[in-house]
Amino acid sequence: MQIQEPLQYSKMDSSTSKQAVYPVYFIRFGIILLAFGMLFGIIGGLQYVVPGYLKEILSFERTRPLHVSSVLFWIILTATGAIFTYVQEHSKRSMYSAVQVKIQFYLLGISILLIMACYLAGIFGGREYWEYPPYLSIPIVLAWILLLINFIRTVGSFRKQPVYIWMWLTGIVFFLFTFTESYLWVLPYFRRHIVNDMTIQWKSYGSMVGSWNQLVYGSAAYLMCKISGDKSTAFSKKAFALYFIGLFNLMFNWGHHIYTLPTHTYVRQISYAVSMTELFLLGRIIWEWKQSLSTALKYRHIASYRLLFAADIWVFLNLVLAIGMSVPAINVYTHGTHITVAHAMGTTIGINTMLLLAIVSDILKHQQQGNNMGKTGFWLANTSLLLFWLSLIVAGIWKAHWQMSTNPPAFASMMQQLHPFFMVFLISGITLAAGILLILFSLFKKDQHVTSN
Amino acid sequence: MLQDRAKYSITGILVAAFLGYSCFLYADLPVTDKQPLHTADKGKLLWQQYNCGACHQVYGLGGYLGPDLTNSYSKRGPAYIRAFLQNGTNIMPNYHLSETEINELMNYLRHLDASGNADPRTFTIQQNGFINQ
Repeated sequence: MQIQEPLQYSKMDSSTSKQAVYPVYFIRFGIILLAFGMLFGIIGGLQYVVPGYLKEILSFERTRPLHVSSVLFWIILTATGAIFTYVQEHSKRSMYSAVQVKIQFYLLGISILLIMACYLAGIFGGREYWEYPPYLSIPIVLAWILLLINFIRTVGSFRKQPVYIWMWLTGIVFFLFTFTESYLWVLPYFRRHIVNDMTIQWKSYGSMVGSWNQLVYGSAAYLMCKISGDKSTAFSKKAFALYFIGLFNLMFNWGHHIYTLPTHTYVRQISYAVSMTELFLLGRIIWEWKQSLSTALKYRHIASYRLLFAADIWVFLNLVLAIGMSVPAINVYTHGTHITVAHAMGTTIGINTMLLLAIVSDILKHQQQGNNMGKTGFWLANTSLLLFWLSLIVAGIWKAHWQMSTNPPAFASMMQQLHPFFMVFLISGITLAAGILLILFSLFKKDQHVTSN
Repeated sequence: MLQDRAKYSITGILVAAFLGYSCFLYADLPVTDKQPLHTADKGKLLWQQYNCGACHQVYGLGGYLGPDLTNSYSKRGPAYIRAFLQNGTNIMPNYHLSETEINELMNYLRHLDASGNADPRTFTIQQNGFINQ
């Protein structure tokens, strides 16, 4: 079964052309946030290596949320732009409401700018991931409701739809649910005791990560169909079986974040039993699709293909880490160490960012050929990420060893002894950012070329 | 190809189970505490207002630049913590906290300390991979 050709924006009428611009705006804004996220990441890395660096003007409690939120919004905005583009390609029709797309863009855009301004000014009030004052989440929720309505109305019927439509719908619905759930702490009932508060906080966060993974993986699944020219796999029983196991994990495996919290035993037991297999499932899907690609098709779409292939490798590397961390007896060692950071970085950069760059490469019409700048960036980014990831794992192993020893060293002493690993982490972080920037420059260059044509 | 009816049925079962689990957990929170909100709550909100979690962990969750503070109240003592809150360190800025804010943060750290033990050395590992606290 051949997939339909992408919508050619230049051939659409004027109203549709205007509408087609907004998905690209989402992606461009996402890319700008990624660049800022990397900048703040490097500053944060410097603050590890040079204690007290910029303490008076941009201390770490500002740098960290600037880095984390920039990168999270890169994932969310770019995934949204990808969904707008791909759902139109898939359904062969424009978005149900161009106005809603526009309103959503401005609601998210203005909220994100205000959030960044709050962080720079040291105005907080929220918690991890969403440290900004809680009222700034209201426009984000409204924007997400608009996305849900627009997506459902655009798709129309959900009968006989491929798996990526289900994945996008799952991601949108569950992000809305878990994002709202993560604010239950504003009600005194939930924050009365720290253990209750943290149980609900990490219930929502655990599933939330799964929800944005569904947004990204759904788009990656669509792209794999597009590259292979065969979307029959997206309708197969196996694809849906894997999707449902993924959904099951999204819903019930969040407990591995709080194994050491004195919460209900059943929370830990359910999480352990369900385990974190979603990355493994995706790896299998991509692996099987990849086998069906002809060499000619691989070369034709080389830029996107290379990035999807890199994501494949990172899926397997992080799978090993994820399975280990889902076993409570191992988690008790790794929890609170840099191994957790390695897993977070490996998944957000190695998997989500590589997949999103592949998707962006496709959407900006850059996939046909890989220029030298893009190739250099690809190799620099991936080798740097490997070093970056390994430095965090080794630092984590040392910390795990110290925190389980009878006479652990003082925290300051631990940090001092970990200094060489932080140096590797910083240097590889800088070269990683340089690699990603090279990929981005090559995309923007092509994007301008296409736009001018 | 999987039939639409099967897809809807599986989705329905999973969503019902998820919503049931969520509602059950909301009603069956781990700690039954009927006490009204006390000063520890103000300290918790201050913890968020100053974004202490960017550097410090609670039960191993949070930042990595500073130590885990879950049981710092009993391990280090109130005077030690107060000194840090009043002056900062070479890494932690001096936030020029008022006496009221310091007391509220101290109350929060005391509440945190009483909530449980975050020291991984105290956990017992079972043969089936579970841990006991």
